[in-house]
Amino acid sequence: MSDITKQSLTELIENIRSKKLSSTDVTKAFIDRSEKSEELNAYITNDFTSALDKAKKFDQKPNLDLKLPGIPMAVKDLFCTKNIKTTAGSKILNNFVPTYESTVTENIWNEGAILLGKLNCDEFAMGSSNETSFFGNVQSPIDKDLVPGGSSGGSASAVAGQLTPITIGTDTGGSIRQPASFTGTVGLKPTYGSCSRYGIVAFASSLDQAGPMAQNVKDCALLQEVISSFDPKDSTSIDFKRNHYSKDLTNNIKGKKIGIPKEYRVDGMPKEIEDLWQKGIEYVKECGAETIDISLPHTSYALPTYYIVAPAEASSNLARYDGVKYGFRAKGENLIDMYEKTRSEGFGTEVQRRIMIGTYVLSSGYYDAYYLKAQKVRKLIKNDFDEVYKKVDAILTPSTPSSAFKIGEKTNDPVSMYLNDIFTVPVNLAGLPGISIPAGHDSKGYPLGLQIIGKAFDEQNILNIAYAMEEKINFKNKITDWWIK
Amino acid sequence: MSKKDSEYLINRKDNQYEVVIGLEVHAQVLSESKLFSTSATKFGAEPNTQVSLVDAAFPGMLPVINEFCVKQAIKTGIGLNAKINKRSVFDRKNYFYADLPQGYQISQFKDPIVGEGKVILDMPNGQKEIGIERLHLEQDAGKSIHDLDPQNTFVDLNRSGVALMEIVSKPDLRSPDEVNAYIKKLRSIMRYLGTCDGNMQEGSLRADVNVSVRPKGSKEFGTRCEIKNVNSIKFMQMAIEYEANRQVDLIEEGKTIDQETRLFDTKKNETRSMRSKEDAHDYRYFPDPDLLPLEVSEKFIEELKNDIPELPDDKKKRFIEEFKLSPYEANILVSDIDTAKYFEEVVAKMGKNKDIKLAVNWITGELFALLNTKGLEISQSPVSAKNFAILINLIKNGTISGKIAKTVFEFMIDGDKDPQKIVEEKGLKQQSDPKALEALIDKIINDNREKAIEYKQGKEKLFGFFVGQAMKASGGKANPQLINEILKKKL
Repeated sequence: MSDITKQSLTELIENIRSKKLSSTDVTKAFIDRSEKSEELNAYITNDFTSALDKAKKFDQKPNLDLKLPGIPMAVKDLFCTKNIKTTAGSKILNNFVPTYESTVTENIWNEGAILLGKLNCDEFAMGSSNETSFFGNVQSPIDKDLVPGGSSGGSASAVAGQLTPITIGTDTGGSIRQPASFTGTVGLKPTYGSCSRYGIVAFASSLDQAGPMAQNVKDCALLQEVISSFDPKDSTSIDFKRNHYSKDLTNNIKGKKIGIPKEYRVDGMPKEIEDLWQKGIEYVKECGAETIDISLPHTSYALPTYYIVAPAEASSNLARYDGVKYGFRAKGENLIDMYEKTRSEGFGTEVQRRIMIGTYVLSSGYYDAYYLKAQKVRKLIKNDFDEVYKKVDAILTPSTPSSAFKIGEKTNDPVSMYLNDIFTVPVNLAGLPGISIPAGHDSKGYPLGLQIIGKAFDEQNILNIAYAMEEKINFKNKITDWWIK
Repeated sequence: MSKKDSEYLINRKDNQYEVVIGLEVHAQVLSESKLFSTSATKFGAEPNTQVSLVDAAFPGMLPVINEFCVKQAIKTGIGLNAKINKRSVFDRKNYFYADLPQGYQISQFKDPIVGEGKVILDMPNGQKEIGIERLHLEQDAGKSIHDLDPQNTFVDLNRSGVALMEIVSKPDLRSPDEVNAYIKKLRSIMRYLGTCDGNMQEGSLRADVNVSVRPKGSKEFGTRCEIKNVNSIKFMQMAIEYEANRQVDLIEEGKTIDQETRLFDTKKNETRSMRSKEDAHDYRYFPDPDLLPLEVSEKFIEELKNDIPELPDDKKKRFIEEFKLSPYEANILVSDIDTAKYFEEVVAKMGKNKDIKLAVNWITGELFALLNTKGLEISQSPVSAKNFAILINLIKNGTISGKIAKTVFEFMIDGDKDPQKIVEEKGLKQQSDPKALEALIDKIINDNREKAIEYKQGKEKLFGFFVGQAMKASGGKANPQLINEILKKKL
C-alpha cells in the first residue's frame, strides 16, 4: 500500500486490527517518508531502527485490543524518553539521555504505540515559529521557507507532512494550537491537570500542558483519551472522571450555546481572519448550536500577564541547567565563571531573554509591580471565563491573528512574534481546554484555524463541537510534498 | 523573672550594654524519606547513594510532598504551643550553588505551616518565656566537599531535599546562658515528640544566630548581624560573646554597625564578615508552581494533637506533684526524654514500698557519673532500669548499706547483673542481727579498753574510731545504724 502515510490514525488502526496492514508495514512507511523529508528538519533524533524492531515484535504477537496497536509515532523532544536523547531543542541538553519516561509517553507506549523519534521544537518551548531551536528551524509542509508555528513546530510539521500519523506537543501559551492552525492540523490543549507533567522538560509549570496533535478531530480525541491520566507523581495532576473521548465523540451539538467574545476582534486583524470567524459562526449555527455575544473584558491584559508569569517561572525552572550535573558544561575559571559561560553558550537568545525578563519581574522591588500584579490579573482573566460560562457552553475564536509567516520575518521583532499568541494565552492563564481546528485558507493558500475554548474538564464538549464543525468545513490540507525530491 | 544582678551585660567605662539575640534553628525532621522524594535520609551513608532523580533535579522531575514530614512539623508546632496554619504555601528561594541542584530551595516564605508560639525556659532565677515567630518546612541543600582535591569540588547530594524545620525565635534571648537553655529546651521538646533527634554532631540541629546590642534600658533594637550555621551550643555561646563585644567596641569607638552576615571561625574564636547587606542575595521568592498550597483540616490537626505525648513542662509538673520532687530535681529528670523514661521505669519497678528520693539521688549521682566516665547516653546505660530499681530497694529495705550498694553497683555494670544475686554470691548482705553485732562490739571494746576509758572521760572523737573498727571487723557489712546504737549503749 503506497498511501499508508495518507491514512488517518483511525484508518490505520482499523487496517491493523483487520490485519490488512501490519505494524511493520505502517512503521516502515512512516520511516520511509520521514527519511525522504529531512529538508523539513522535523526530527532532532530518530529511533527508526529500534522502531522497526518493535513493530516486528508487535506483529509476532499483536495485541489488537490496545488503543494504539502497533502505531508508530514521533513525539516532541520536550518529553523525556528512556534511553533516548531528550534535548528540549537546546544545546544545553544536547547530550542528555534520560533514564526515565514521561508519564504521557509511558501511557502512549502502554497502549501499543511505537516511538519513531523526537521532534524539533523551539528551545525549551519558547517561541512561536520553531526558529529558536538549537537544531535549526523547521520547514512547514505547506510551503517552502514558511514557519510551521511553535513551539511544537516539529510536531505540527510532522503530522501535516505525514511523517507521523499523530503526535503530542506541549502548550504553555499556544504551542499546540498555533502550529496546528499554521499547518492545517488539529491540536488540543487539555485542561491544566488533565495530562501529567511528570517527565516533561518544564517551561512554565503553572501553564504547561501536554496535548494531542492530529489530522482530524477523531484521532485527536483518541490520543487525548490515551494520554490523559491522574498521576500522583505530579502534584498538580487532577483526579477527575475522564471520558472515553473517542467513543463518546458525537457531532450532535444541537442547543449548545457558543460564546463569541467581542474582545477577540483586535485592531489590525486581517479581514480574512474576521471572515473565517464569521464562517465558523455560521457553521456552528448550521449544526444547531446557538451563538451568543459575550465579553471577556480582561482579554487585552492576557498577553502582558502571560509574558510576566511564564518567564518568571521559566527563570526558576531553567536554573537547574547549570553545567554541574548533566548536559552541556563550558570550562570556567571558577564556579561562577563556569555558570556564566555554560549558560551563555548553552542557551539561545530567546531563552536568555525570557530568563532575564523572569529574573527581573521576580526581583525585590519589582515583584509587587510585576509578578504579583500579573497574578491578580490572571485571576481576573479566569473570573471572566467563569462568568461567561454561566451563560455559554463553549467559546469560538480565531486560533491566531494571522496565517503562517515566512522564516526570518519576525525573528528580530520579539513583540510581534509574541502577538501570535494573543488568542491562545488567555486559555492557558485560565487553565482551560482549547482546541484549534483547520477552518479555511488565506489568499496565499495557507491554512487558518478556529479555536474552541471549553469549560475546565469539558474536553468532550469542545471535541464534539470541533467534530461537528469539521464535517461542515470539510477542510482539505494542500500538501504538495514540495520538499520531497 | 530574672533579677537585676544576674543580667548579662557588657560593661565599658560608664556604659552598660544589653545583648539581644534571636535564633533561626534548623532542625532536621526525623523521617525515613525526604521532604519531596522517597529517597532515604540515613546519616553517614556513602556519598550520593540516597539521591533520587527529584533530589538531583533532573529535567521534568516534580516534587511531591511527604505527608509524614507535614505531620512532624505540625506536631512540633503543637509542642511549641503555636498556631497551626491550615493553609501554607511552598515558595522557591532562588540562588545558584553547586550543591543546590534545582537552583532553588523549596521553602515557605510568606505563609509558613506554623505561626506564633512560645517556649518556657527554666533559668536559675526563675522562668522566662521566649516567643516563637514561626516554624516552616524547607529542603536542605547537598554538601560541597572542597578538601578532597586541590582542583575540584565534590558534591554529595545525600542531604539534598532532606526535610528541615526552620524555627525562628523572637528576639527575646538576652544571654549566652539563655541561648543554651533555649536550644536545650527545643531539643528536649522535639525529642519527646520524636520529630527531630537533635543530634548536633550529625548536623540535625544547627542555628543562625542574630545578635545586636543596645545601651541598657534602651527600647530600640540595635543593628543586628547574623552569624550563619553554627552547629554547637558552645560555639553559639562563644560566637555571641565575641560578636556582642565586637559590636560594643564599635559603638564605643563611635562607629556604626553594618547589617551583615558573618561566619564564626571556631579555630580563632571570632566572627568574620561573609557578605554585607548590599551583597545580600535577592532570592526572588515566589510560590512554587509545581506544588499546590498545603491545606490541612481541623480534624487532621486534632488527630495529631491526640498523638502528642506528655511534654517536658507537663512531666515536670507531674513529677513535682506525684513524686514530691524539687523543681530542680524534676528539671534534671525531664530535660532529656530518655532520662525521664529511665526514671519512670525505675519508679515503676520499685513497686509499692519505694524510696523515690533515694532513686533520684542515685540516678543523678552514681548513674550519671558512670555514664559520664563511659561517655554513654542513658539509653545505652549498662545497668537496666529494672536492676537499678532492685538495687534501690535493697538499700531501702536495709539488705545492704549505701556504701555496700556502691560496690554492688560496680559489679552490676558488667553485663547488667541482678544486684540481689551479687549480694548473695559475694556475701555482701548487711549484718543486722543485734546479738551478733553486740558480740562483735564487746570484743572490740575488750581489745581497746584504754580507748574506751578515754572516750568515757570525754574524748568523744573516739566514737568514730569504734564505728570504724566495728565496720572493719564485719567486712563493711554491719548495719551502720545498729552499730551506732549498740556502741552508744555499751560505751
